[in-house]
Amino acid sequence: MSKNVSMKYALDWTTVAYFVILVLMGWVSIYGASYNFDQSGILDWNQRAGKQFVWILTAFGIGGMLLLVDYKMYNFFAYFIYAATIALLILTIFVAPDIKGSRSWLVIGPVSFQPAELAKMATSLALARFMSSYNYKIKNWKDIIPLGMFILLPFILIILQKETGSALVFVALLLMLYREGMNGIVLLMIVLAIILFVVVIRFSMATIGVEQGTVGFIAAMLLILALQLGYAFFLARQRKETGYSLIGIAVMTIFTLIINQWYNVNFNYASIVIVILTTFYWLFNGILNRNKQIWMVAAISIGSVFFCYSSDYLFEKVLEPHQQVRIKVLLNMEDDLSGAGYNVNQSKIAIGSGGFFGKGFLNGTQTKLKYVPEQDTDFIFCTVGEEHGFWGSTLVLFIYWLLLMRILRIAERQRESFNRIYAYCVASIFFFHLMINVGMVLGIMPVIGIPLPFFSYGGSSLWGFTIMLFILLRLDASRIERLR
Amino acid sequence: MINDSLQSRQRVIATIITVVIVIYILRLFSIQILQSRYKEGADSNAFLKKTLFPPRGLIYDRNGVLLVYNKPAYDITLIIREIHNIDTISLCRSLDISKVEFIERIKNIKDRRKNMGYSSYTPQIFMTQLDIKDVATFQQSMYKYPGFYIQNRTLREYAYPNAAHVLGNIGEVTQRRIEKDDYYKSGDYAGRDGIEYTYEKSLRGIKGMEILLRDAKGRIKGKYDNGKSDIPASAGQNLTLTLDMKLQILAEKLMTGKVGSVVAIEPKTGEILALVSNPAFNPSILVGRQRSKNYNALLNDPTKPLMNRATQAQYSPGSAFKPLQALVCQQMDGINSNTRFACSGESSSPIKCTHSHGSPVDLEQAIEQSCNPYFWHAFRSTIEKDGYGEKNLIFRTNYDEWVDRMKSFGLGEKYTDGDLYEQSRGYIPTQKFYNKVYKAETGWRAITIRSNSIGQGEVLVTPLQLANSMAAVANNGYYITPHLHKSDTMLTKIHRVKVDQKYFPIVFDGMSRVFESGTARLSQLDSVQMCGKTGTVQNPHGKDHSLFVGFAPRENPKIAVAIVVENAGFGSTYAAPIFSLMAELYLKGKITRTELEERVTKIVTNANVKER
Ligand SMILES: [Zn+2]
Repeated sequence: MSKNVSMKYALDWTTVAYFVILVLMGWVSIYGASYNFDQSGILDWNQRAGKQFVWILTAFGIGGMLLLVDYKMYNFFAYFIYAATIALLILTIFVAPDIKGSRSWLVIGPVSFQPAELAKMATSLALARFMSSYNYKIKNWKDIIPLGMFILLPFILIILQKETGSALVFVALLLMLYREGMNGIVLLMIVLAIILFVVVIRFSMATIGVEQGTVGFIAAMLLILALQLGYAFFLARQRKETGYSLIGIAVMTIFTLIINQWYNVNFNYASIVIVILTTFYWLFNGILNRNKQIWMVAAISIGSVFFCYSSDYLFEKVLEPHQQVRIKVLLNMEDDLSGAGYNVNQSKIAIGSGGFFGKGFLNGTQTKLKYVPEQDTDFIFCTVGEEHGFWGSTLVLFIYWLLLMRILRIAERQRESFNRIYAYCVASIFFFHLMINVGMVLGIMPVIGIPLPFFSYGGSSLWGFTIMLFILLRLDASRIERLR
Repeated sequence: MINDSLQSRQRVIATIITVVIVIYILRLFSIQILQSRYKEGADSNAFLKKTLFPPRGLIYDRNGVLLVYNKPAYDITLIIREIHNIDTISLCRSLDISKVEFIERIKNIKDRRKNMGYSSYTPQIFMTQLDIKDVATFQQSMYKYPGFYIQNRTLREYAYPNAAHVLGNIGEVTQRRIEKDDYYKSGDYAGRDGIEYTYEKSLRGIKGMEILLRDAKGRIKGKYDNGKSDIPASAGQNLTLTLDMKLQILAEKLMTGKVGSVVAIEPKTGEILALVSNPAFNPSILVGRQRSKNYNALLNDPTKPLMNRATQAQYSPGSAFKPLQALVCQQMDGINSNTRFACSGESSSPIKCTHSHGSPVDLEQAIEQSCNPYFWHAFRSTIEKDGYGEKNLIFRTNYDEWVDRMKSFGLGEKYTDGDLYEQSRGYIPTQKFYNKVYKAETGWRAITIRSNSIGQGEVLVTPLQLANSMAAVANNGYYITPHLHKSDTMLTKIHRVKVDQKYFPIVFDGMSRVFESGTARLSQLDSVQMCGKTGTVQNPHGKDHSLFVGFAPRENPKIAVAIVVENAGFGSTYAAPIFSLMAELYLKGKITRTELEERVTKIVTNANVKER
């Protein structure tokens, strides 16, 4: 009894309020998205909104139960939960039926469930436990390998279930790792890799001369050179050497162009040679000046060259055709309005037609008439955009922002690193879902089918997010218990 | 608090999150507020704007007899973008077309040279003017053919196979017309000739629009906004014609087997009672799917049935010109009622007389006997009354006056304030014309242009103008622009003739004597005193044309008529009995001389004229 009373004071009611608001807004949006002209009401059990109501009630129940569990249990059972989830994921690969090419759903009687939704929570708990142990150090190679394994294992299993989108969510954990001491360079390198990839692929069709190279590749090489020069000039403050390097690049470029008069040079290779030569120059220079950072710059440069050189291969051999098309559509390289581009185009039309105030609740024509596919799951944000317009969609994004900021605040007020690490896992995962889902609907992210937390229709994802959030709330509430 | 130094990284993470959310809000702002194309995209997605075609106005004759009405027809339209996964073979079977034809039609729709308004988003006409029985099978299986729609239309239906030239017909609008009038969309119908063309704007009504909601699969989900935004079609206005259908039918019947025209006008009102051009055709053959086939057949027919001879053909008026000549010459003091001229019959010079009668003759006798020498002398003494040669300027001024007074009978120009479609001008030769032909202002005089005195020279008239000039004579000096739409506004279009009223009685006398003892005496009608003038016009291409103009009754005339029968010979043989029979029907209500009616009907002057 005393526990319940203390929970009343200890629970972060603000977060609970955001959670309830988002869940209810999602419910109303699902009603709007699946509304039929002859539908009876929001509680019709045969309709999705009615079903979602059941999911919401059960989610509240689960959340309440999680709050009753002793907070020490989560730490204590973290590895066990992780192991059980991994076992479930493996089992799923073998027993799950093929639903639209994915084998990620466990069907038990009338209920189907996606274990991948649990894996995010389980991995977060396991990572929190592992990284909060006394002898753990992030710079220690011995610790990085098991850390990587914790993430990679569910990642690979979910890939095997053909749920690439859900698997990519684990990339979000890099944000948590950054908070826990991972070098920020890693995040920058990811950003650099994305930029280089986009540049190379986007302009891979624009060839120079007689098939002598592509604009995309050469632009990427120039970008690497610019990074080197920028580093040398602004951070290492080697003004003179920057000048020499510039002259060297100019001379080599002119030399290449002169040779090209007699012999058709492959400009891609020529630019690689130039980048490698300048890299060696900076290495040599760094050794003379005992600049240790230069090794990193050199490594990034060579890595980037290799990455760019293989990005075409990555694009065509690693990605599946439908994924290639999605990226091409995103980069405006293809205008496939009947295929992959259709969804995004229709979703932009739906949102764009909402205007400032929207068309009003249940008045959205695009979503109601099923122009937008998956409108109550992955494309649920369209309904908000169409029916409630700019102010409605901005309000939803603002509430997500408040929720994420609140989670960060909760994370930072934890005394135990287990709690903080877990909180950052939750924030990273929620943020990744939000960024990818809304970005996809707005046509600035590739089409990756992952749900919008608390909004999208579906029991598994709602339960998954609720469990993650309420474990966090339970851990947070323990602050006050400890004070007594 | 193990990693105190790392605590600042929370701000980096918070910034990343905030930046992404701000970018998304900016993106929302861009697509929801700055760009309008998404809104348009949504409209073309979800709203199926269905045109509601108004029923076209009905057409009645002057007695309220329904002439033209509507029957339902169906077009099959398609929206190219919406077509997917259709079973072409079963589609073709349900529409009774071959697959080759199907492919050809689709190709033509997509060809922007042939279909300039093409868009893959809007309905395009696939097949047009189908009967209910043609679309019945298709309608049942339509759900199998996404992108195909049935569009309701109306087609014209005709109560009588007559008056094709007056009524005109309906056809698909041409590209030029679409560009000129944005009411029309490709595939619309509009009046193409006759009344249907002239009164297109009031007959067509106003198209309406129904806005339907449809889902991504093209299925109709109901009316948008409960139909509050729909615009109902408003029906075209009905039209009452001045035509007397009974008279029209009789005139057409009497013209069977002949080439020519008949125009009958009510003199007091300018209302056209009958307007016949033969050969003609049944107007209903230019309706529906057979239209273009039949139209081409008519176009290639050597007797030119599509031409409206009543308003478009130009003839020398011949002796039918003499009553007008008599009036103008009196007005200009060239002659008076007592003026007599000698006639030496066939040996007259420079123009011989075709009739034998006593000499000299006065004006009344000259009209009765159609004496050519008299009218030559009258013409000369009118335009040369002040001499010629040294007085050439005065001569030419007199000629100009003659032209002007002649034209005041409604000759030599189109009626621009009426409602007749496709008229010819006719011609009253001007001074300028002769100056040019004879290369000098002094190069010509009355003798040079003497043929005009008897309506044979350069003077040209249409049957309509001829009938109207008779209406002007019947009215003692004015006419109302001949028209087909019975309305009061038309009655205000009064035109005064430049001949004083006092000169008319003698012409009436002469013209009535034509029936009593003159060239048309065999066509007189008991109890009705009629006025008329026969004419035989030389035709360089074959037998003479037979003409007749007249009005009846003499007192308070009710009907003025002009009749032209091409290549018939003497006017009295063919044209005069037609006038007589028409006057009888119109004035008495029925024809007692059925034997004459049959005889005239059976006369064939041109074997190529097809029976309808
Ligand atoms: Zn004579």
